[in-house]
Amino acid sequence: MTAALKIFETPLYPYARTADQDAATPARHKVVVIGAGPIGLGIAIDLAQQGVEVLVLDDNDKVSFGSRAVCYAKRPLEILDRLGCAVPMVDKGVEWNLGKVFFDTRQVYEFNLLAEDGHKFPAFINLQQYYFEEYMVARVNELRAAGAPIELRGRNRLTSIDPAADHVTLRVDTPDGAYALQADWLIACDGAGSPVRKMLGLDFVGRVFEDNFLIADVIMDAEFPTERWFWFDPPFNRGQSALLHKQPDNVWRIDFQIGWDINRDEELKPENIDKRLRAMLGEDLKYQLEWSSIYTFQCRRMEQFHQGRVIFAGDSAHQVSPFGARGANSGLQDTDNLAWKLKLILDGKAPESLLDSYDVERIHGAAENLLNSTRATDFITPKSETSRIFRDAVLDLAERHDFARPFVNSGRLSVPCTYDGSPLNTPDALPGGPARSRPGSPCADLPVPGGHLLDRLGGRDAPRFQILAIDTPAPGAFAAAGLECEVIALSTAEAPLLKDRYLGEAAGAVYLIRPDQHVAGRWQSWDAQALAAALARAIGKES
Amino acid sequence: MADLKTTRNTPRADDVYQMLIDAHEGLSKAQSDAFNARLILTLMNHIGDAEVIAQALAVAKR
Repeated sequence: MTAALKIFETPLYPYARTADQDAATPARHKVVVIGAGPIGLGIAIDLAQQGVEVLVLDDNDKVSFGSRAVCYAKRPLEILDRLGCAVPMVDKGVEWNLGKVFFDTRQVYEFNLLAEDGHKFPAFINLQQYYFEEYMVARVNELRAAGAPIELRGRNRLTSIDPAADHVTLRVDTPDGAYALQADWLIACDGAGSPVRKMLGLDFVGRVFEDNFLIADVIMDAEFPTERWFWFDPPFNRGQSALLHKQPDNVWRIDFQIGWDINRDEELKPENIDKRLRAMLGEDLKYQLEWSSIYTFQCRRMEQFHQGRVIFAGDSAHQVSPFGARGANSGLQDTDNLAWKLKLILDGKAPESLLDSYDVERIHGAAENLLNSTRATDFITPKSETSRIFRDAVLDLAERHDFARPFVNSGRLSVPCTYDGSPLNTPDALPGGPARSRPGSPCADLPVPGGHLLDRLGGRDAPRFQILAIDTPAPGAFAAAGLECEVIALSTAEAPLLKDRYLGEAAGAVYLIRPDQHVAGRWQSWDAQALAAALARAIGKES
Repeated sequence: MADLKTTRNTPRADDVYQMLIDAHEGLSKAQSDAFNARLILTLMNHIGDAEVIAQALAVAKR
């Protein structure tokens, strides 16, 4: 079967010569983003929606080759909804809730994500990264057509950078030759191998895992349910692990752990992949191989996520193992955290030191992801004989005893990060308030009259702080620290889930919500002085 | 916070010790290792308290 060009084989943002290339002196841009992956496009869309001039440079002109990142969790979907990209993703994506774990030939454990009700978005969807990026490129084009200051340049490869105190000078190579430009701010979203990080000679430290995983994306009409199946030591891949997961268009993601000492070229030969697939799925298997790849991974991060006017986001700043869907999912939480801070700084409404909180909060997030991802990796690929003995003992016990199941770790799936201990938080002043909504938490969604709470929270066209007043009197508006805050008054009578998710034991509550939908502070009732202080603190004006 | 019991707590010490040794009777080294791992995990769950487990690990380490 000869298919038409796949979306990832089609240039979506082909190279075009720009005036910058003929400029006598380097053109100056407000923000330049390196890399047009999900993270680079995410920060660019977020900034452009807020009116910040942003230019994205990519060494390629196509979306991601192959499915790569596959699982998207609820929190990034909520972030992407603010960016206008989530609905097509959910429409196209495959929703799943059930995961099964097999050991040898037996099913030993099953988990249900048990999506909580009242949320606009599902717990998880699976979607090929190329679709995700396609929707983001479409959003870029839509914004541009509507006059937003956003530009995406394909086949513009960064070759050197020269940081100064208040700008960065870049050299860029194109099919027409090199040119220079300048940026007030540079955001490096150029992946785990980040050329920007290397050009600046910055550290990227952590653990290397000596293992290889073979990915086969297979198109087949299979009757497997839409579940995540994970095997430890199956007969078809002795001593190793394997994963089967469904994507849209009848594409199935299959991962085989294949060990450290391998011959990559041999393993990637279609006839050898075919042998593995038939051993796993049966000799009479009918399929088409869409994409295959071998990956290794490391768990590591940078010491700091920004250095002067150069900011790192996504895999360029932190790299985790793929177990737990923490790559793209955490990268989008980086951009969500960064965009409003940078916008306030650019507008002169917050000090440049606000960016230090990006490091604090997202290093906290990265550390959490690294811990979970490293633990999952150690369970999946035990590093010593004893470690393997305990792993197998857990799996043995889990088959018959519920108590052992929490020890089974085939990846702890990404959950949103709560910024406990952030300098932007004001200490909790809501006695009896639910822990899930404590300062630093992302707001939990729930239905409110006319839609969902998260539809009404967060900055879309501006870095908007909001005040949520629940079952307590509040004025119609509030301003302090140079910012205007919208006040949203809601009652548990019209939105009953507010009680469980925001009030707990309290009779009423006032929440200060950041532009990224995280809680900055909370109180029992309206207190203008406390709100003003909390707002100032949340934009880095006092501590 | 609970503390690990490090004083005498097993009245039928000889019986209990023999139960442990007997359980390994006839097992190969690999089977014994697997058995011990299952046993430790089962007892660890019974204790449940991370602080107590940490104290036990320290005792075992000497």
